[in-house]
Amino acid sequence: MAGKNMSLEKTPMPEQEPGVRSRNFDEVALGYTDGQAMAEAARCLGCKSSPCVAGCPVNVRIPEFIARVADGDFPAAAEIVTSSNALPAICGRVCPQEKQCESLCVRGKKGESVAIGRLERFVADKLLDAAADGAAAPAAGGTAPIGRGADRPRVAVVGAGPSGLTCAGELAKLGYAVTVFEALHTPGGVLVYGIPEFRLPKAIVRREIANLTSLGVEIITNVVVGRTIPLDELLGTAGYSAAYIASGAGLPKFQHIPGENLNGVYSANEFLTRINLMRAYEFPQYDTPLRVGDTVAVVGGGNVAMDAARCAKRVGAKNVYIVYRRGEAELPARLEEIHHAREEGVVFKFLTAPTRLEGDGDGFVRSMECQEMELGEPDASGRRRPVIKPGGVFTLDVSTVVVAIGNTPNPLIVSTTPGLAAESWGGVIADEETGATNRPGVYAGGDAVTGAATVILAMGAGKKAAAAIDVYLTQKG
Amino acid sequence: MYKITKKRVLNSSTVMLEFDAPLIARRALPGQFVVLRVDEPGERVPFTIADSDERTGAVSVIFQIAGHSTRKLAALSEGESVLDLVGPLGRASELDGFRSAAVIGGGLGIAIAYPQARALYERGARTDVIVGFRTRELTILEEELSAVSSELTVMTDDGSNGNKGFVTTALQRKLEAGAKYDAVIAIGPLPMMRAVCELTRGYGVHTIVSMNSVMIDGTGMCGCCRVTVGGERKFACVDGPDFDGHLVDFGEAAYRSRMFLEEERISSETHVCNLTGGVR
Repeated sequence: MAGKNMSLEKTPMPEQEPGVRSRNFDEVALGYTDGQAMAEAARCLGCKSSPCVAGCPVNVRIPEFIARVADGDFPAAAEIVTSSNALPAICGRVCPQEKQCESLCVRGKKGESVAIGRLERFVADKLLDAAADGAAAPAAGGTAPIGRGADRPRVAVVGAGPSGLTCAGELAKLGYAVTVFEALHTPGGVLVYGIPEFRLPKAIVRREIANLTSLGVEIITNVVVGRTIPLDELLGTAGYSAAYIASGAGLPKFQHIPGENLNGVYSANEFLTRINLMRAYEFPQYDTPLRVGDTVAVVGGGNVAMDAARCAKRVGAKNVYIVYRRGEAELPARLEEIHHAREEGVVFKFLTAPTRLEGDGDGFVRSMECQEMELGEPDASGRRRPVIKPGGVFTLDVSTVVVAIGNTPNPLIVSTTPGLAAESWGGVIADEETGATNRPGVYAGGDAVTGAATVILAMGAGKKAAAAIDVYLTQKG
Repeated sequence: MYKITKKRVLNSSTVMLEFDAPLIARRALPGQFVVLRVDEPGERVPFTIADSDERTGAVSVIFQIAGHSTRKLAALSEGESVLDLVGPLGRASELDGFRSAAVIGGGLGIAIAYPQARALYERGARTDVIVGFRTRELTILEEELSAVSSELTVMTDDGSNGNKGFVTTALQRKLEAGAKYDAVIAIGPLPMMRAVCELTRGYGVHTIVSMNSVMIDGTGMCGCCRVTVGGERKFACVDGPDFDGHLVDFGEAAYRSRMFLEEERISSETHVCNLTGGVR
């Protein structure tokens, strides 16, 4: 084994220049070369106690895979990663590592932690490059019969986002016949409609999904469970023995301030879906339109807000503001996303709360009235609560507003599944460790249970539910 | 892929397509819609289900050729397919308990109103159907509607069928003559639905309208189809598309329907140029 690399800093990962990338949708971070990956891997001390593993929601055996990278044995590293993570090329790109594995890294006590996320991405990309494409494409619903005879117990998964796909992959590995039902025309959930191409290329998502279909997972698009087919029919005449609900947090929240229904005011879901899923940035070659004016205000401070702001730059907005009612320290977005947004020219307006949107008389938004805020006592989330600063009212001229203040679970499944217990705000009630709901054989996880959270937490829930479904079906016989 | 099993050109700008979509046909109810994508670059467009047949698995939509997407769709022939078709979406119309109703269709709304009229008629309700067209040549589905109405009134803006006036003219005549309706169901362009609502408000008749908002996913995700009803924000795709017409903010709905007018023009022009070298 090569000697340890005692550099206090992570090996930098090459990126597109901010001035160039803010005008294209190509991936910002370009990934490590073999040499860079091996150098970074040599920073890992291989701690026996492995605190990093406990910080990973799917418990990837981090020091083990990094040791293989340091040795240059990339296939062995990939095998270790994929044994616990069904979608590593995605996690390596979008996980908040600084709050999870990397936050517990011993190297981080003095200097920067090992770049675990970057190494995971490196290993996963190597694997995808090596794998042949051409696994089965997802079938579209509506014409194919649902529920075919199978000698193995069959499990239905609702939603082909990160949680559903992870659960499906785990169950397929255990030998179950799994069908994933997806409402949209493409599987991937938030990975395809929400997270932009420049942060997570859709080709990567397609290849990760192809890996799952090659395990035998069947994906049927264009099926809205609850509308096209009720959950109870899947569990009844369609012959599924168990179901996992992973329908995500699809319903956008608005601020409920005057003017929010003006034209040019988008929910982040709409704005990002038009761009990412429907490729409005290639309009008119692609048919879905998007109107973005010179000045865009994105309301909110999470990763979704950063994605929307950076998309706005790329589709031609001259001035892009993040309008956030708390301060910089309270921003919930990943540091890397904040940093990238700033590099690309996004301007942050902290301690600013929109109070009213004004139209131009023709139904289009023209300006945003804002209230300056200051920080008071910590609230339930532990962050200092924003309170009104007397007198601090001002107006921003805007031509587009994107509301990125969160989503709640889609109510469709709960409203069409009699007897399924849910919270008043729409979340399905499920056991944290197993995903079990109050209905036997029905499990739930991811954003459908927690409300909007992260890809990796949703994946963790999918993995736990798969194990619990296995126990349930084994006991049932 | 979803195969087109039947195509009917109803008039110079209106086309009916029937698709083989058994999963949708099995559960489709009056008032529900599908979202359709013609091809890979295509946008997701909502269409009200005009008819469906559980036994044959057929689902049909009727549309007016208005822009690039509908032009592409109208260019397809029987035996060809569209890439994506999902549904049935939205809540079904609530028609229970109506013993007497007027179903009003303006323009393309006639096609959309047909399932409601049929459902009411088959339940034994007195079903007066009033439809309006610009001129006689544009009249569609007269035979089909006649078969499901207690009384069918066809109006033309120019009087070319001998019945001059708007649908509201005919409805007002009936209401003045003392017709008692449990509900008026109005489906069509926003100005027509608004005019019907203004008329029925004076008579205190419960009026249901069907909002055909701009949508992407059709499942509550994008919020593009938001409409203000009784001061509350609703999503047409999951809370509707039917709403109490007397509570709908039609002014807002009107400007929201024009959200992408400019882009639709660009799209149409670009593709007309690409397809025909500029000849329309």
